[in-house]
Amino acid sequence: MEQSISIILIFMIVGAVYALHAKDLLSAVIACGIVGYGLVICFLLLKAPDLAIVQIVVETITLIIMVAVVLDSTRHELAVQVDTQGIINQIISFILIAGMFYFFYVSIQSLDVFGAHTVRMANAYIEGAAEKTGSANLVTGVIFDFRGYDTLGEAVILYTAALGVMTLLRIQGKK
Amino acid sequence: MEGMSIIVKKVTQLLCGIIFLYGIYIISHGHLTPGGGFAGGAIIAGSFILLILAFGSDALNLKKEVIESSITESIAILIVILIALAGFFFGIKVFFANYLPRGIVGELISAGAIPLYNIFIGLEVASAILTIFLALVIFKEESQT
Repeated sequence: MEQSISIILIFMIVGAVYALHAKDLLSAVIACGIVGYGLVICFLLLKAPDLAIVQIVVETITLIIMVAVVLDSTRHELAVQVDTQGIINQIISFILIAGMFYFFYVSIQSLDVFGAHTVRMANAYIEGAAEKTGSANLVTGVIFDFRGYDTLGEAVILYTAALGVMTLLRIQGKK
Repeated sequence: MEGMSIIVKKVTQLLCGIIFLYGIYIISHGHLTPGGGFAGGAIIAGSFILLILAFGSDALNLKKEVIESSITESIAILIVILIALAGFFFGIKVFFANYLPRGIVGELISAGAIPLYNIFIGLEVASAILTIFLALVIFKEESQT
């Protein structure tokens, strides 16, 4: 399983890098889709079908909206000129990437073997969760019973997003 | 936005209801099988988006629907908070307490208040995504005219 996930992750990285450098914006959007749908397969391989369903639907809707935006405006990327400011920014970002790699490497050394990692809290949730919550699906039991505040926060985030879109895009109120 | 060709319209007529039903299934069986409010709500919103993309914004009275979907969204999130708040008055007095009877694990009507949370979170997610999409469609046409 680790090999297949590694292959999919390499595909996702290649897709993300291509999306940054594509000349045609439509192909950049499609390359973004590689990242999303690769994540769907990763979720399925990691035995998280709940997340995979959400991810595949949200990815499709997002792609539709982004393709509509690209077809509506322009398909060509803006020309960017490289000046000293840009070179300094690139040097800073490379230093940051090197630092991140170093600290990730140090922290990965102290992790458990892939798949063997369980924390005490998760064990407390898993044992007897069906009797405690009455829900046969453990994920739903966790997100609506043990972690109810979390779910409320997520729903409020979506509500706020819709509110923000309605507020920013309306024309009539501005007159 | 204009509608698409006759093939797309016909296939949409056949598929749209099935996608909508599948979303309802995912929501109502959220406590038994993978899925739940977020996934099912996104599927329901997807069925409406498919309908709007295929038939164009002229075929449906969208200006009325954006108001209704935002009202639905607000009412759904309010009901979720009210269900959670009702935990203060029954059984253990905790916010988000599961105060309804649990029933048998694996039955359709079981798990206390969790199916209610699923249904109203699903309603909220569906109408939120639909509101965002409708706002993008309608307000662009308003700015053009």
